[in-house]
Amino acid sequence: MAEELIRRTAAELAGALTRREVSSVEVTRAHLDRIAAVDGTRDADGVATGPGVHAFLHVSAESALAEAAFVDAARAAGETLPPLAGVPIAVKDVMTTRGVPTTCGSRILTGWVPPYDATVVRKLKESRLVLLGKTNMDEFAMGSSTEHSAYGPTRNPWDPTRIPGGSGGGSAAALAAFEAPLATGTDTGGSIRQPASVTGTVGVKPTYGAVSRYGLVALASSLDQAGPCARTVLDTALLHAVMAGHDPRDSTSLSDPVPDVVAAATTMDVSGMRIGVVRELHGDAENGSGYQAGVLRRFDEAVEALVDAGAKVVEVSCPSFTTALAAYYLILPSEASSNLAKFDAMRYGLRVRPEGVSDPTAEQVMAASRAAGFGDEVKRRIILGAYALSSGYYDAYYGSAQKVRTLVQRDFAAAFAEADVLVSPTSPTTAFPLGAKLDDPLSMYLQDVATIPANLAGVPGMSLPAGLADEDGLPVGVQILAPARADDRLYRVGAVLEAALRGRWGGPLLDRIPEFPPLGG
Amino acid sequence: MTTTVAEPVRDYDEVTAAFDPVLGLEVHVELNTATKMFCGCTTIFGAEPNSQVCPVCLGLPGALPVLNEIGLESAIRIGLALNCTIAERCRFARKNYFYPDMPKNFQTSQYDEPIAFDGHLDVELDDGTTFRVPVERAHMEEDTGKSLHVGGATGRIHGADYSLVDYNRAGIPLIEIVTKPVEGAGERAPEIARAYVSALRDLLRGLRVSDVRMEQGSLRCDANISLRPKAAPGEDQSAVPFGTRSETKNVNSLRSVERAIRYEMTRQADRLLSGQRVVQETRHWHEDTGVTTSGRSKEEAEDYRYFPEPDLVPIVPDPARVEELRALLPEPPGVRRKRLQAEWGISDLEMRDVVNARAVELIEATITAGATAATARKWWTQELARQAKTSGVELADLPITPAQVAALQALVDAGTINDKLARQVLEGVLAGEGDPKDVVAARGLKVVSDDGALGNAVDRAIEANPEVAEKIRGGKVAAAGALVGSVMRDMRGQADAAKVRSLILARLAPGEADGNG
Ligand SMILES: [Zn+2]
Repeated sequence: MAEELIRRTAAELAGALTRREVSSVEVTRAHLDRIAAVDGTRDADGVATGPGVHAFLHVSAESALAEAAFVDAARAAGETLPPLAGVPIAVKDVMTTRGVPTTCGSRILTGWVPPYDATVVRKLKESRLVLLGKTNMDEFAMGSSTEHSAYGPTRNPWDPTRIPGGSGGGSAAALAAFEAPLATGTDTGGSIRQPASVTGTVGVKPTYGAVSRYGLVALASSLDQAGPCARTVLDTALLHAVMAGHDPRDSTSLSDPVPDVVAAATTMDVSGMRIGVVRELHGDAENGSGYQAGVLRRFDEAVEALVDAGAKVVEVSCPSFTTALAAYYLILPSEASSNLAKFDAMRYGLRVRPEGVSDPTAEQVMAASRAAGFGDEVKRRIILGAYALSSGYYDAYYGSAQKVRTLVQRDFAAAFAEADVLVSPTSPTTAFPLGAKLDDPLSMYLQDVATIPANLAGVPGMSLPAGLADEDGLPVGVQILAPARADDRLYRVGAVLEAALRGRWGGPLLDRIPEFPPLGG
Repeated sequence: MTTTVAEPVRDYDEVTAAFDPVLGLEVHVELNTATKMFCGCTTIFGAEPNSQVCPVCLGLPGALPVLNEIGLESAIRIGLALNCTIAERCRFARKNYFYPDMPKNFQTSQYDEPIAFDGHLDVELDDGTTFRVPVERAHMEEDTGKSLHVGGATGRIHGADYSLVDYNRAGIPLIEIVTKPVEGAGERAPEIARAYVSALRDLLRGLRVSDVRMEQGSLRCDANISLRPKAAPGEDQSAVPFGTRSETKNVNSLRSVERAIRYEMTRQADRLLSGQRVVQETRHWHEDTGVTTSGRSKEEAEDYRYFPEPDLVPIVPDPARVEELRALLPEPPGVRRKRLQAEWGISDLEMRDVVNARAVELIEATITAGATAATARKWWTQELARQAKTSGVELADLPITPAQVAALQALVDAGTINDKLARQVLEGVLAGEGDPKDVVAARGLKVVSDDGALGNAVDRAIEANPEVAEKIRGGKVAAAGALVGSVMRDMRGQADAAKVRSLILARLAPGEADGNG
């Protein structure tokens, strides 16, 4: 029973809960048991020890079971509940949760328990989802592998020696390892989509402003966007509908009504739609563009599947995308250097007294705490950003990057005049081995080459499974991009593609995942 | 107390003979909005430390700012009142620097895109002339928290045992009003600076956007001053380049503005005349010793790494709303003064006395409450001005309202009390004994107009002063004054002198009793 429950989709669980075939306590306990069986252990400092997925930084077993019991009681009393009431969810540790530790994968937030819920978390609670715990991530969402988490990396359930993507590798791995049916993510340059791609799951970065940023610990304010993660397109849409909507606490939040993404995920019709293949995001296997051959092969098949379903393919060109990565790595560190200034040990989090100083000043305590509390990648980006913003360099760096950003937006506008959606591989490669790129930040940054343009332009994007690469048997993701505020198109195309590919595979891709090695004992 | 070594200074006349001062004034005004600039926290002055805070103004991870629309309208109204252009579109920026009282370690402030720019303020000087101060910009920003350094000798951060931070003030809306370099002030620079801050205070008070209380810090002034050599006769002074400036902080009263600038001019002049250079630096004004001391050097300007605030959307004021706000602006203080002077029928000189006594609004309110222009002016510029001077407070800060002054005069007009009693009633009101009628009742100060009691007193006076009585009977009516004085003493002042006089005359010179009251 438990084994069967954890493999169900959120939509299936919601249906079974509504029909009272199963209780939320049973569903929640099945997932908590699964976490206990495969996630592994952490030491007193929260650092991952021994084998295990290590998707979670914090598991709230007690409060999860309590909330599940409340939902069951409400249902038993005949209350009308929201569609996903009683379904468990994992929350990325970048979102503030009242009374539950929030670390953003960083030492500097050790011991911090937020006094307030992020708007997204409040919405999850209002929709009566059951919060299982907080998932691992690269420190302050800086990275593409979760190896930059101060609490140890998450392992890819497809192959525990490989990365689960990042920064939201914890959420994606939790889904792929059947530890949770739903998870939240945030995507600043691909942190939802790339982990989805390398774990064979689905993730959506909505239009900038569609989901409130209030309570998301900011990496780069103008790029950050929270979104849903799940194992199917429909589940992702169900969660999207819960998370999105205007928030008066976020000035950049859109006031438009949320497009009906759930309806779009069940339309199952792409006939006549124009699918634009972005030349600059396709690469060329022969001349070594960095795209893995198996990735391109699965991607081309996905495009064919859409054609078979009645869509038309057009090739579009977005020349500025080749400089988007460079612009991104100026804008992101600039904003991050300022956003992360608040971590100064004065009001919360880690406080370190400088060594060898008997009567330290506030500035010395700030410096010592930041030196001890931030990891190398965070320091690298803070320094980069502070430099890019300094007077005399501002125009050449931050100013130029903003100009590239405008060009990227123009390229998208031109491409969307010719195509209803754009498609590309989500990530140039499948999951790489843990440690492989740790000493080579630039090659790590290239993981996001195809996902970054959407963040620079604020347009929505989805990654969904395209199959397994021939050379390594690891998941490949296909990315769909739509114009701003047309998030529903992602789901319309995604659902058709998912159905077509599952037809070829004879079932969900995750049915082929090897059982994660059981933990000793 | 820090021991400040006074730097050498020059005689002021020597300074102005050799140099032309250039002023620059930066005034920070705390708006009196009910809530902070970017969150819903209240802004009550003097509340329990850290009782008016939330995730936003504490800079907690994940919190985001939302602009206070009332604060924005206040900024636009200030801009309009200062004859500024209102930006069609502008943004906030982040000013990045680390300090424990800055919750986010950046201040959300306007930088290169102020809400209002290019204006001026005409200020009236003591001699009645007007000086136009050019205004560069008025921009919005948030206040910081307040540090309290405990222990140590100085109350400053260095040497303190520990420091406490109160974030109640963090996020309170501020408007910074910056002048362009003010040239042509000459030897009147200190006076012009004071008059500008004073005029600005009146203007802001008229707009009702701020409490403008310098002693509480809701209006704070930084004074920049530099000296350049005086142009030779026939030469163009404005062609002479500016000198190096100093920026004096902690100038927390109008008097200090004038004194600090005067001091800085004499200090800078001494350096220049003795072959030294003026250091570009921040200086602190010491009210007690009347000198400035060197603070942080600004020779190597701190790099604040400004960039547009990505958490706030650009501000695009609705032009129709701006015009509406313009139409609703109160009459400018200068125009208003001219109108009131005409209405009150007083001379330029008398009006200047009223202005210098800072009594314009008070007199106007007293008239509104029912007094005549003449009596309202008399009370505020004479008796109350004296009281204010004695107790060393501003006229407006005396514990009496214009309505109470009008009520007091009404009691005089009705004959309930006389002028002498009115002063006692006033004392009672100032002592917090309530409204004039309450003081009259409580102190039993009513004028005795009862013919019986007064008649007895008059009879006693006539009996006691037979020579005087005889003179009056003999037709020397003027001698009645001596008897009136005697009766008033007898009645402890609580008598209507006119009434006493007529009773005396009725007894001693019946032909004079009427019409001579
Ligand atoms: Zn607040």
